[in-house]
Amino acid sequence: MEDLALKSTAVHPAGAGHNWPRNDGIELDLSWVLDQRVNFSAAERRVQTLPGRRTVKKDAQAAWLLKAVTCIDLTTLSGDDTTERVKRLCAKARQPVRQDILDALGMGDRGITTGAICVYHRFVSTAVDALEGSGIPVAAVSTGFPAGLVPHDVKLREIEASVADGAREIDIVITREHVLTGNWQALYDEMRDFRAACGDAHVKAILATGDLKTLRNVARASLVCMMAGADFIKTSTGKEGVNATLLVTLAMLRMIRAYEERTGLKVGYKPAGGISAAKDVLNYQFLMKEELGRDWLEPDLFRVGASSLLGDIERQLEHHVSGAYSALNRHPIG
Amino acid sequence: MSVATFFDDMSYGVAPEADTEARAWLDRHEGKFGHFINGAFVAAVSGKTFDTFEPATGALLAGIARGGREDVDAAVAAARKAQGPWAKLSGHARARHLYALARLIQRHARLIAVVEALDNGKPIRETRDIDVPLAARHFYHHAGWAQLQETEFADQVPVGVVGQVIPWNFPFLMLAWKVAPALALGNTVILKPAEYTPLTALLFAEMAAASGLPPGVLNVVTGEGETGALIVEHEDIDKIAFTGSTEIGRLIREKTAGSGKSLTLELGGKSPFIVFDDADIDAAVEGVVDAIWFNQGQVCCAGSRLLVQEGVAPVFHERLKRRMDTLRVGHPLDKSIDMAAIVAPVQLQRIAELVAKGVAEGASMHQPRIELPKGGSFYRPTLLTGVQPTSVVATEEIFGPVAVSMTFRTPDEAIQLANHSRYGLAASVWSETIGLALHVAAKLAAGVVWVNATNLFDAAAGFGGKRESGFGREGGREGCYEYLKPKAWIGRKLRAEPATPAPKTAAGDFVLPVLDRTAKLFIGGKQARPDGNYSRPVLSPKGKVVGEVGEGNRKDIRNAVVAAQGASGWSSATAHNRAQILYYIAENLSSRGAEFADRIAAMTGASAASARTEVEASIARLFSYGAWADKYEGVVHQPPLRGVALAMPEPQGVVGVICPPEAPLLGLVSLVAPLIAVGNRVIAVPSETHPLAATDFYSVLETSDVPPGVINIVTGSATELAKALAAHNDVDALWAFGSPELSTLVERLSIGNLKRTFVDYGRSIDWMDRSAAEGQVFLRRAVDVKNIWIPYGE
Repeated sequence: MEDLALKSTAVHPAGAGHNWPRNDGIELDLSWVLDQRVNFSAAERRVQTLPGRRTVKKDAQAAWLLKAVTCIDLTTLSGDDTTERVKRLCAKARQPVRQDILDALGMGDRGITTGAICVYHRFVSTAVDALEGSGIPVAAVSTGFPAGLVPHDVKLREIEASVADGAREIDIVITREHVLTGNWQALYDEMRDFRAACGDAHVKAILATGDLKTLRNVARASLVCMMAGADFIKTSTGKEGVNATLLVTLAMLRMIRAYEERTGLKVGYKPAGGISAAKDVLNYQFLMKEELGRDWLEPDLFRVGASSLLGDIERQLEHHVSGAYSALNRHPIG
Repeated sequence: MSVATFFDDMSYGVAPEADTEARAWLDRHEGKFGHFINGAFVAAVSGKTFDTFEPATGALLAGIARGGREDVDAAVAAARKAQGPWAKLSGHARARHLYALARLIQRHARLIAVVEALDNGKPIRETRDIDVPLAARHFYHHAGWAQLQETEFADQVPVGVVGQVIPWNFPFLMLAWKVAPALALGNTVILKPAEYTPLTALLFAEMAAASGLPPGVLNVVTGEGETGALIVEHEDIDKIAFTGSTEIGRLIREKTAGSGKSLTLELGGKSPFIVFDDADIDAAVEGVVDAIWFNQGQVCCAGSRLLVQEGVAPVFHERLKRRMDTLRVGHPLDKSIDMAAIVAPVQLQRIAELVAKGVAEGASMHQPRIELPKGGSFYRPTLLTGVQPTSVVATEEIFGPVAVSMTFRTPDEAIQLANHSRYGLAASVWSETIGLALHVAAKLAAGVVWVNATNLFDAAAGFGGKRESGFGREGGREGCYEYLKPKAWIGRKLRAEPATPAPKTAAGDFVLPVLDRTAKLFIGGKQARPDGNYSRPVLSPKGKVVGEVGEGNRKDIRNAVVAAQGASGWSSATAHNRAQILYYIAENLSSRGAEFADRIAAMTGASAASARTEVEASIARLFSYGAWADKYEGVVHQPPLRGVALAMPEPQGVVGVICPPEAPLLGLVSLVAPLIAVGNRVIAVPSETHPLAATDFYSVLETSDVPPGVINIVTGSATELAKALAAHNDVDALWAFGSPELSTLVERLSIGNLKRTFVDYGRSIDWMDRSAAEGQVFLRRAVDVKNIWIPYGE
């Protein structure tokens, strides 16, 4: 059946680009923020029933998983990261799937890479060097990641330093206190400053949804960050007790949709943490397509912060090609 | 399509569920099925068959036996033979059988789901994720009731042999809703699946027999409408349970009138889906998908009537239309769709015609430009906006994927629009304000209300409607009672015709005459002269005129109904308040006990002692219902979700009562007191032969603070007044005790608005026997249970 939901006029090259007008933000509209209501049970039913309504099989499944690869922000955010570890990850980002598998899928010439590499500031320049010529952007977590409790001016200086080192994307963390105390003006101001500090680098606002607890908080924080000029809104640092879930995803996607309805601007979405299986990422993709549309399946509007997801996708792709279930050690480590 | 093309367009492709096992099952039967009677497949005696098709392709699935009289007779005979031994099994033994059936459904879940999707045309997602698991849940739940029957329903016995006629929209789930409680509680069954969708019932019967269900306990007779009619009219069937259209339900009520068959009707609806401006709009939009595009809208409780608060209507409709663009319509076995096929071409045509009519009457139609599969019966999800209440699409059940939308201004108006329907099955309320949502839920005329949700079902929560959506409940404890009857009513005898003595006129004499007391009617708290201004004499058994009462007619009934409708405050009065008034009536009756006893004795010829006993029993009965008034309460169900379902007993509304000829005071009190205890307003027709106890009662009522219109009394001919009450479409229920003919008449004439009826088929109760004439057995019939589902979470 022809899929008429496909109405996009944008070009979607493989690899991360930024093909939409940037969200420069709007004035803080407090009444719009406070007007947001999220019915938890209804949201739950939506995400629970979606996997029964949408699935992809065979070639379509391989294609969707490959698309997911192009949306991965391949990430290492550990205390024991070193330059060599980061270089290894960058190599994997350039060639995330074995060439023979890509060839067998008829995708060998598409230049499939991950969406980005995501590291701490210390390793930005290492990654930039390692990725030179690949077009793969380097993203830096910033602003006192993960807790975000360092002084505000330190946060801004950290952003500027990463941008100076060549980071094209900055993943900032918000001050959760502003959300938990309903201080939307403070959240807006903070986010505005972060955005300004980023300059041409795209900014992803990490809400730390696991700390915000309620979908209502998540929805309101999403909206405020978009009003303040976030290019992406992102669930979590990966360090909270609960990270990305389909439920918070639904709440955030609906805010992205509402923001687009009102401003015409497309804001991207990045779930992070806890997405490690191929079938999980498919459900996120279905939700993106259903709630936001085709445009949000490309890396300029969708990223997945993950480290072990890629390995599972590689196994699924090999299975698709060979018919035999695969093993992790058959795919180069990242 | 290749990986590369999918990679570029990111379409879903198809994800077909395999139908190999289902086809193999059809092949094993060589595409031909007989009835399943007494544990085995048998061909129709006539040899006649009909065909069942795949709605998605129009392809032939199987030839099916067409049930005739001999077939139905054989099935009834088998069920009758099995019923005794089945009921004699211990509850535990039946629980084991039901448990085995639940396990069987789970073991063969996918096969059942695929056969169902093929035969009905609905998406495999729904059969696999909803219908079949819920069916298993019903058998588990009712295995539990079988286990507990001896203690929880100690005063009840099974109804007997049950005929069940089920629809095509949820063939297997409706089988479970019907068969599980019937079997659990000791009944045996003749089930007729719908002609479009007979296969899963046959599959189930076959598997059930193979796994040890005794022969005759579950019989499946296939056929079309005539076969259903044969079951409905069969003399050796004790109960009919029907789910289907209101039109057929009405016919069944008419055909079974006076037969003594117990009846459960689960009929149509035009259920409101109310969106307030403080709702989570996206959630409500998604709710519409589950409300009207679930099962292609072929759902009796579908939220088909959207009522949207004016201020949010534009954004709601805009988002709903956007959502419609992403709906996918495909083959039932495609695992990546939202909607599949309409059950039959004739249904498709009906939907299209109704929509065309709606558009002609001014509605704006929106259909997404999605593609439909070629061939087969498919219809686009459809939204009609700008619909006026006068339009046919606003009042008629479309039974297809068509939502009609209207706006309202205030909560009061939402309630008014919602309740302005002949139906009363379900409703859905969307608001994030708990006070508003629950206020509206309580006021909606519906058997089921979902708060911020829609189309939730569970075996423990009763399902069923008000008004022309039918009566009786399925599921839960209230559903069990539909398959039971009170032990105390077994062996009731046909009452003797009341004696009609010839009137004797007493010659006047020269003593101080008795001061004339002219009994009028009691309407709206006032004594009112009968409209016709005729009177009828009241005779003692020896023919002596002991008084005269007004000859009420249908205009008096009309006036009484107006008064009763006007007394709606009684239904929302506190239970404590209603209790107080019942006690007060008892107190005032007690103070005039001797007078009432004399009157009873004079009218009936009863001994002074027995007349006094009747008065004392009446006082005690009033006390009993005063006691019950604040104790006949609802239940909090805990369905499998984070939330509760409140099962609230609600008064039926305005209830007519034809009192039995005997026990002139106790009969009246025994029927009126339970009704008013739970908040109904009553129009009582007292004993035709002995009405003076009731007319004397006026002043008791007047001195007991009974609000005007709560109890109205119209004297006269029981038959004539019953006719007027039965045919009155603003009377919600009618209780009638008297001759068998009276019962027939009441049931037959009740079909206009499908009022609830409670009749005795001429078999009298011993009104002095508390177990037969008092308590929950009456209270249950005085209420409808409304289930309010309240999922929660933050």
